[in-house]
Amino acid sequence: MATVAASPTYAASATPSRSKLMSWLTTTDHKVIGTLYLHTSLFFFVLGGLEAILMRWQLMRPNGSVLTADQFNQLFTMHGTTMVFLAVMPLSAAFFNYLIPLQIGARDVAFPRLNAFSYWIFLLGGVFITLPIFFWVAPDGGWFGYAPLSGRTYSPGPNMDFWVLGIQILGISSLAASFNFATTVINMRAPGMNLMRMPMFTWMSFVTQFLIILSFPVVTIALVFLQFDRFFGTTFYQVSAGADPLLWQHLFWIFGHPEVYILILPAFGLVSEVLPTNSKKPLFGYPVMAYSGILIGFLGFGVWAHHMFSVGMGPIADTVFGLTTMLIAIPTGVKIFNWIFTMWGGSVRFTAAMKFAIGLIAMFTIGGISGITHASPPSDLQQTDTYYIVAHFHYVLFGGAIMGIFAGIYHYFPKMYGRKMNETLGTWHFWLNLIAMNLTFFPMHFSGMLGMPRRIYTYDAGQGWELFNMMSTIGAFLLAPATLIFIYNFFSSKTSGEPCGPNPWDAPTLEWSIPSPPPEYNFAKIPMVSSRYPLWDLTHPERTSEIPHTTTGWTEASQQTGEHDMAPMHIETETRTAKELGIPMPSSTIKPFFVALGIIVMFSGLLFLPKGMMIPAFVLMLGGAAMWIGFLYAWLTTPLEEHH
Amino acid sequence: MSHSAEAANGHGHHYTTTGLDNRKIAIWAFIGSECMLFASLISTYLIYKGKSIVGPFPHHAWTDPSSGKVFPAILNIPVTSASTFVLLMSSLAMVLALSAVENRGKPLPPGAGAWDKMLTSSKLWLWMTCLLGAGFLGFQAYEFTSFVHEGLTIRRNLFGSSFFTLTGFHGAHVTAGVIWLGSLLAIDYKRGLQPSDALAVDIAALYWHFVDVVWIAIFTLLYLIPD
Repeated sequence: MATVAASPTYAASATPSRSKLMSWLTTTDHKVIGTLYLHTSLFFFVLGGLEAILMRWQLMRPNGSVLTADQFNQLFTMHGTTMVFLAVMPLSAAFFNYLIPLQIGARDVAFPRLNAFSYWIFLLGGVFITLPIFFWVAPDGGWFGYAPLSGRTYSPGPNMDFWVLGIQILGISSLAASFNFATTVINMRAPGMNLMRMPMFTWMSFVTQFLIILSFPVVTIALVFLQFDRFFGTTFYQVSAGADPLLWQHLFWIFGHPEVYILILPAFGLVSEVLPTNSKKPLFGYPVMAYSGILIGFLGFGVWAHHMFSVGMGPIADTVFGLTTMLIAIPTGVKIFNWIFTMWGGSVRFTAAMKFAIGLIAMFTIGGISGITHASPPSDLQQTDTYYIVAHFHYVLFGGAIMGIFAGIYHYFPKMYGRKMNETLGTWHFWLNLIAMNLTFFPMHFSGMLGMPRRIYTYDAGQGWELFNMMSTIGAFLLAPATLIFIYNFFSSKTSGEPCGPNPWDAPTLEWSIPSPPPEYNFAKIPMVSSRYPLWDLTHPERTSEIPHTTTGWTEASQQTGEHDMAPMHIETETRTAKELGIPMPSSTIKPFFVALGIIVMFSGLLFLPKGMMIPAFVLMLGGAAMWIGFLYAWLTTPLEEHH
Repeated sequence: MSHSAEAANGHGHHYTTTGLDNRKIAIWAFIGSECMLFASLISTYLIYKGKSIVGPFPHHAWTDPSSGKVFPAILNIPVTSASTFVLLMSSLAMVLALSAVENRGKPLPPGAGAWDKMLTSSKLWLWMTCLLGAGFLGFQAYEFTSFVHEGLTIRRNLFGSSFFTLTGFHGAHVTAGVIWLGSLLAIDYKRGLQPSDALAVDIAALYWHFVDVVWIAIFTLLYLIPD
């Protein structure tokens, strides 16, 4: 409150070297935090994959006996929860963190300590919700936790308690980060970078932050109601007290549908960076790409009940949501065309990143085609709760989001580590992944159409499902070596990859105008931007001659700041220290970590209430509250920088 | 131009795209999320309005069929109108507190008397905001305890669950606001709040007014609209 106003031009501090662990625990550098997110989420991705492989092993043959029904329920719940909240979302967060400041010409995000806090509460929340499966007490009510099934009556044990509390904890992480990134994009762009000059990844990420800001509070309330029902005996989902059996579903899906756009838009943004760079051509239809992203975000709040076509909402509701769902296919389809037209007439270079980006276009289109068939309520009545739906969302999430993220990793790894990943291994990864993914999920269209329901732990022979299940299992087992090739490539390239400079891909945007890896301060001088492709203006002006170049915003910027901290567009190849250059830096601090820890301890206390263990419950709740409130107070009353 | 940018930016004079401080943008993003939070709570209350199977009810009496006991309509509109007035007056106090901080040190116009001098005291108005806010919380505490005494608990029926959760969340937000304002008051006593602190007070004021607006929505929809 009385702190020194956060300065947008400070840089992350070079911590005097303590142990590596301490430097991570106290970091406020967006690049370090992005790297932490990347590694943690890759770990959870592998864990989620193992959960899937166990399920596929069980479903390989009819009447499988690898797993019990109860274990299977825990696995499909945790697979969904892990992939959505602990893999795809934080992988996107890794890119938000690392890339957004670099793309807009800033030295860090708006609130570096809040940024660190978001990571730590994600990590601790991820551990909180994942540990139970190792003891087979994991959440078992599906990743969407439908009440009344998830209430105390039908889920009496601690399993769903971990889920109700864990998702709330993870929600805090995403919300805090969304305030941070929204502010960063609104307020910390380099001079001259108006909204229509931002890189498309930053644009899509910006829309995503608003989706998070508006949708997460709704699921928070849905969860609060479920938590209060389970712990305090309220009646929100008690049908015997007159509750609406659909309340949970409406609240959850008002969040849940925007959530899937939260999952896909960043990957779309990454593809929109990879395609133009590797086609040596500007992105086709940039304004339309920006507007369609906004439209998808907006319309995404109007389609939620297409997840509820079989509950009996009536013909009017069904029709309205069917229409809005068909409508949202339009801005999405427009993007596919724009990507294709970006490559058309370009000089295409098939790097591993480019292969994954093109892979997204193909796989997402397949997923979109099955998706449009769900938009019709009568058609969906056959498809809903069958493997046909499982096929759809794995095509858009694995073939879409994950492939887009892989494209981003291969493309941005050189920027992060100063070395390229191995292209041959990347090619092997791509093809093995593409074949295995299609082998796993394409047959599910058929088993679904033949009536195989979702979330069943086994099935009888003689229904025509055996061949498809066997194919899916083989595909899933093939995904393992594909992923292992990637993991090996990722870690070994850090030390043995081909070294590279600021711009190994000859890309057009600001992040490629500084050394690889970037210096702690990012930019020695903030670049003044006069077009959408500032680096191509310098290196390939013929590519950007059709695009207007103006110096709007330069005068205001130089009037507003007293410092001569900016310079017309330039390339920086030297890495100095922030101290040498006189750039003020935020201090590192462990307080965000302890605020996160205090919150986890406080929530853990709640777990003891249903068991009647009042003393541990109150000790943990009060102790945790004291910890987070105390450290938060210290955080808020400590200035960000040592001196101005 | 750079003067207004500095003032808008608060203490720092670094360049921002909008000319506003980052914290000002962030509080609006936060308020956006809080709108959705309270919208979900209020929507649930409205969906469950009139659906409780057993009483007490908000606007009409109920006779318990098993005991024959009569439970009158439980909401007390006159008393809650008074607490609403108290909370609204706290927003006025907040406006005056912010104005006092922004204009601290400015000379008063000629002919200004003791009352005018009073208007310029940030301590007075921050105290008033805190006390009026605490007064509202006192009313809430009285209301909650008397409802429990009269047979309405959070688990009694849909009305009890949705009423206590919604107004409880609101009360928790008011409490956080009172603590926030209290710490600003503490700083005012320690070193005095200067015009350079206006941004910090402005942000607290935005939060406080938001909490007030939410109460206006709650009071209208829960108390003033009959069954």
